[in-house]
Amino acid sequence: MVAQDIDLVLPQGVRYALIGPNGAGKTTLINLITGMLRPDAGGIVLGEEDITSLRPDARVKRGLARTFQINTLFPRLTALESVALAVLEREGRSETWWKPLPAYRGAIDEAHAILHSLNLEKASYRLTRELAYGQQRLLEIALALATRPRVLLLDEPAAGVPKDESAELFAAISGLSEDLTILFIEHDMDVVFRFASRIIVMVSGRILAQGTPQEIGADPQVREVYLGKGRHG
Amino acid sequence: MEKGRTEVSYFRAQARWRPLELAFWAATLLPFVVTPSYLSLASQIAITALFALSLDLLLGYAGIVSLGHAAYFGFGAYSAGLLSKHYLGEPLTGLMVGAAAAGILGYVTSHVIVRFRHLALIMLTMGFGLLLAEAANSASDLTGGADGLQGVRIRPLLEMFRFDLYGRTAYAYSLVVLLACFLISRRIIHSPFGLALRGIRENALRMPAIGAPSRAHLRKVYSIAAILAGVAGALLAQTTETVSLEVLSFGRSADVLVILILGGAGRLYGGLLGAILYMVARDQFSGMNPQYWYFWIGLLLVAVVMFLPNGILGGLAKFLQRNT
Repeated sequence: MVAQDIDLVLPQGVRYALIGPNGAGKTTLINLITGMLRPDAGGIVLGEEDITSLRPDARVKRGLARTFQINTLFPRLTALESVALAVLEREGRSETWWKPLPAYRGAIDEAHAILHSLNLEKASYRLTRELAYGQQRLLEIALALATRPRVLLLDEPAAGVPKDESAELFAAISGLSEDLTILFIEHDMDVVFRFASRIIVMVSGRILAQGTPQEIGADPQVREVYLGKGRHG
Repeated sequence: MEKGRTEVSYFRAQARWRPLELAFWAATLLPFVVTPSYLSLASQIAITALFALSLDLLLGYAGIVSLGHAAYFGFGAYSAGLLSKHYLGEPLTGLMVGAAAAGILGYVTSHVIVRFRHLALIMLTMGFGLLLAEAANSASDLTGGADGLQGVRIRPLLEMFRFDLYGRTAYAYSLVVLLACFLISRRIIHSPFGLALRGIRENALRMPAIGAPSRAHLRKVYSIAAILAGVAGALLAQTTETVSLEVLSFGRSADVLVILILGGAGRLYGGLLGAILYMVARDQFSGMNPQYWYFWIGLLLVAVVMFLPNGILGGLAKFLQRNT
């Protein structure tokens, strides 16, 4: 998978959909932005700061969070433990080994509030591996939210989720803070056109087009290579 | 404040002392009364238990597989042994020196160790272990080589309790040190740091994506485990008043891994239980038929891994859960 000649600016608060056929380099782009892959050339700027040379965990600390297309969770931690872990990491408490966890009431409360906001409250005390698949997808997002991101990159958040549940999941995503910049990869065009304020189309590692849903829907080039004729026109 | 009460008490309940734990520690006093002629063995068991406990922090919590953990045990043993031979025989100082020496070695090697996982990690830890064992063998002027380190003389504990022939002082000393190290380990695993370690064990890929500096965490736990292993080694040097090359051997690294897996990794008590079973069984079996000892251990290991994948303690926990 390659990505090249990418020139992308994500203004605060915008909900971006990143679309494109399989192998277009969408996940590669997320890996490049989050530092899981190193670019051969070019740079990445978050706010005012050049973060190109930072490790992935340092980028997260500066407000850049992601989720994974394939569940990348902590199977034998409970949902509450997982989210509390992420909150404690953000607060810089995870180095502390002499104080017991119950002393961190604030972090635990916050973890609970995040689970509550995603309707995962009932899953709090269950091991992640025992959760229903849809709940695990939500936990992916809960973990990212616990880092208090400014920019949130969602790699196919609804992958594998039945269509009726995926609308619910995107409703939860669109209910997130207005200040948060969100970029999500999604294949379901109904969802994309409903929840995105802007759309980026990638083909063969390059950005083919970007614009509002109306602009993208009307773009003849995009319609030809990707959308197929007659839809959303 | 009502909000968050149940969530906090969930974590509190996890860290609570269970009656079975208290019973276990009370039972560690039994050898003084029941088997007073086996106190030297009991002391060796306590030392091995501490060694297994230190490996549990690595394997059971952070998910680091090591086949060279004896390096830190042996380094602690030689440091404490050499100190008492050449400078002073006060045991608690020796313990500190053994701990510090092993901790420094652990911290230095951790910088390489944490960069690798899986098979490479196993080979690397084994390689470090072999290097150190061979170095100790070559430096026979210092270590006594194959003859072992002679001339280790330990002062009475607190200048009051002489290390007697029956091992009373040795066992009491080893047991108290084991308990102290256990309390520290228990504190660690119920802390935010302990939670982060379990996070690394469960999914090393996700940790950086939630902003966690995994390598820093791993360096830290590796150093802590090395310190505890060094304390165990120092205890052995002091209570036996000798150090043999065996403390650094591959066999010792492998044995402690077997002990931990038999007992059950990731439960703190697994290594303790494993050490008791392994050492008592070895004492009994090798009395009858020394050459067949590893046959029985092999059989036990196969049986446990096949039928009790979480070790004896894991099987026991499951059994208790089902019957309550």
